Amino acid sequence: MHHTLVALVEDKPGVLNRVALVFRRRAFNIESLTVGRTNEPGVSRMTIVIDSDQTSAERVTAYLYKLVNVLQIEDLGAIPAVARDLALVKVAVAGHDRAQLLRVVDETRAHIVDSGEQTMTLEITGEPPHVDAVIARLEPLGIIEMVRTGQVAMRRGDTALSAAQYA
Amino acid sequence: MHTACMANQRTGAQIIWECLVHEGVSTVFGYPGGAILPAYDAMLDYPVRHVLVRHEQGASHMADGYARAGGGVGVAIATSGPGATNLVTGIATAMMDSVPMVCITGQVPSKLIGYDAFQETDITGITLPITKHSYLVTRVQDIMPAMKEAFHLAKSGRPGPVLVDITKDAQQAAIDWDWDPSPVKMRGYRPKQTVSRPELERALELIRSSRKPIILAGQGILQSGAIREVQQFAERVDCPVAMTLLGLGGFPASHALSIGMMGMHGEAWVNHAIQEADLLLAFGMRFDDRVTGNLKTYAPHAKKIHIDIDPSEINKNVAVDAAIVADLRETLQEMLGLLGKCDHGPWLKYIASMKGDSAVRDIQTLPDNGHLYAPHVINDIWRLTEGKAIVVTDVGQHQMWEAQYYHHESPRTLITSGGLGTMGFGLPAAIGAKMAKPDAEVWAIVGDGGFQMTQAELSTAAQEGVKVNVAVINNGYLGMVRQWQEFFYERRYAATPLRSPDFVKIAEAHGLVGLRVEKRPEVEDVVKRAREAEGTVLIDFRVEQEDSVYPMVPAGADLDAMIRRPPQPSVLAETAADPI
Repeated sequence: MHHTLVALVEDKPGVLNRVALVFRRRAFNIESLTVGRTNEPGVSRMTIVIDSDQTSAERVTAYLYKLVNVLQIEDLGAIPAVARDLALVKVAVAGHDRAQLLRVVDETRAHIVDSGEQTMTLEITGEPPHVDAVIARLEPLGIIEMVRTGQVAMRRGDTALSAAQYA
Repeated sequence: MHTACMANQRTGAQIIWECLVHEGVSTVFGYPGGAILPAYDAMLDYPVRHVLVRHEQGASHMADGYARAGGGVGVAIATSGPGATNLVTGIATAMMDSVPMVCITGQVPSKLIGYDAFQETDITGITLPITKHSYLVTRVQDIMPAMKEAFHLAKSGRPGPVLVDITKDAQQAAIDWDWDPSPVKMRGYRPKQTVSRPELERALELIRSSRKPIILAGQGILQSGAIREVQQFAERVDCPVAMTLLGLGGFPASHALSIGMMGMHGEAWVNHAIQEADLLLAFGMRFDDRVTGNLKTYAPHAKKIHIDIDPSEINKNVAVDAAIVADLRETLQEMLGLLGKCDHGPWLKYIASMKGDSAVRDIQTLPDNGHLYAPHVINDIWRLTEGKAIVVTDVGQHQMWEAQYYHHESPRTLITSGGLGTMGFGLPAAIGAKMAKPDAEVWAIVGDGGFQMTQAELSTAAQEGVKVNVAVINNGYLGMVRQWQEFFYERRYAATPLRSPDFVKIAEAHGLVGLRVEKRPEVEDVVKRAREAEGTVLIDFRVEQEDSVYPMVPAGADLDAMIRRPPQPSVLAETAADPI
């Protein structure tokens, strides 16, 4: 089962290493990991997606919480949440009908962010399954290069995850 | 104190010592080298005793023994590179047993970090999984905050080792400096936990409705200083108390409610009682695999209450019915205010009846064939020291026999590497313990294998004039491994026979007293001579070579599936009424 863990961490050197260690020690594979700033100074936010059973996810959450630089941690697995993933996909346009690619773009809310003589680069943003679906449609056209950010996620509704109380 | 050219100017090296003095440190264990030289130079001006070890592993074990015996924070110092990596085993040992320790290492100048400079190693990286936290300090102004946080982290919450790696240029640079007396505040570290009322109520309900409760007493009792509270609680609830290896001493062995050690080499009746109990009260212990055996069949009839300061321990190995994440002492004080007197007479009587074929009486069933048995030796040391010594063990058979046959009455009198099982721990940890408790009688009980791993620290004991009595339980084997080979590998003794040097001569070569015992009647006299002699004494006890520790729960087996000492019916019958 997929678990989406969100951690608010102190923005200090070595924190990513400490967090990663909790997974590495247990030989967990991280499916995706994103780190970025938050609205709170000195606080970074990590979104970590792992494929594990409930018990292991709970263990990992407990160990992450124990890290001195981790301020808050929650598992969004069972909580209604908004999740987004972004992909940049470079597709060949030489060998087939350009219109075919433009149709996919049109139908899937993808954006053309760059185009060269032989290729076109698309940006796809959305729930991870949506990104998967668009990529599946692009595959027959010939994907030359691709990158995905991995997902970021946030609870729905008025409840917010904040480290303000630990300032 | 040192006067620099300007009133409040201090070098980083001086700030290290200023901080140590402010933290109340009077003794440190270390070994100098290039990257830590500025700190060593500054040391001469500060009122701190430095113990020069023979190998940095000795420094970390001594700091560990010092902390466990005295209850404070142990400090080890080493240089960069090999000095720092040599600390690693001692740091891991302290981590597994939650020992408060601060390790200070020198690091190559900050400009050289990452350039494979001479004696450069990424020690904060190496020790990441075996420290509670660590710091790489590259600027002089960051030294005090790191040192203050290190001590705060080491001793608060669930204690543990913290490493502070300080570059040589940070030690050499100077700044205007004053001690900042404000308390440490760390955003992500909140060791203070309060007792959850609903969980407390649930726990009390379980206690009130239990007929067959057992307290599982762990090291948390010592660390939270809950000695009195546990005793009051046990008496109020009329509840037997079983101890983990590190919990020994947390509850007096002679107390009527003490039933002894649990687990792999615990007393048979204790393990049986746990399997039959209807309630386990886990006090500051972590359900280690050596304590539980097969988790699937562990204490199948028991509800479980877990009180621990570390939230990550809850439901880790054993799912519990009530969990209180808080300081044990405070929790028990609250509970005592809410609990009436219970009576578990029938349960206690039942447990007592199981003592009929006990492990303790195994000592009496050993044939008197003129050979010397380790359990006899340890039991005699217990008797002759009136159970009042601080005993530091190494790891292996002698360690388990110590736990079985030396009965500890008070906390911090048994110091042993429980979690990591570090051979070589005994002698240096004993030296550290003696430094923390100079008026106490300290015995290092070690095996011939583990002793030789850190034997060089005899030289430290000699140089420092420290008196430790070293009992080498010499059976010519790596005994515990040999025992496993005997039980589980068809007596194929691969790499366990051990030829050792003449330990008496080794002692003498250090200017110390060395004695030898080969027969039981000699034990008493030699132990007396050792206690009376000045300085460290080594006794080479030549014990039975192929004796084994019983009972034994094979790793991963059910807790009550114990291998017992082969019975000797005639002796058993004679002594059954009078277990010791």
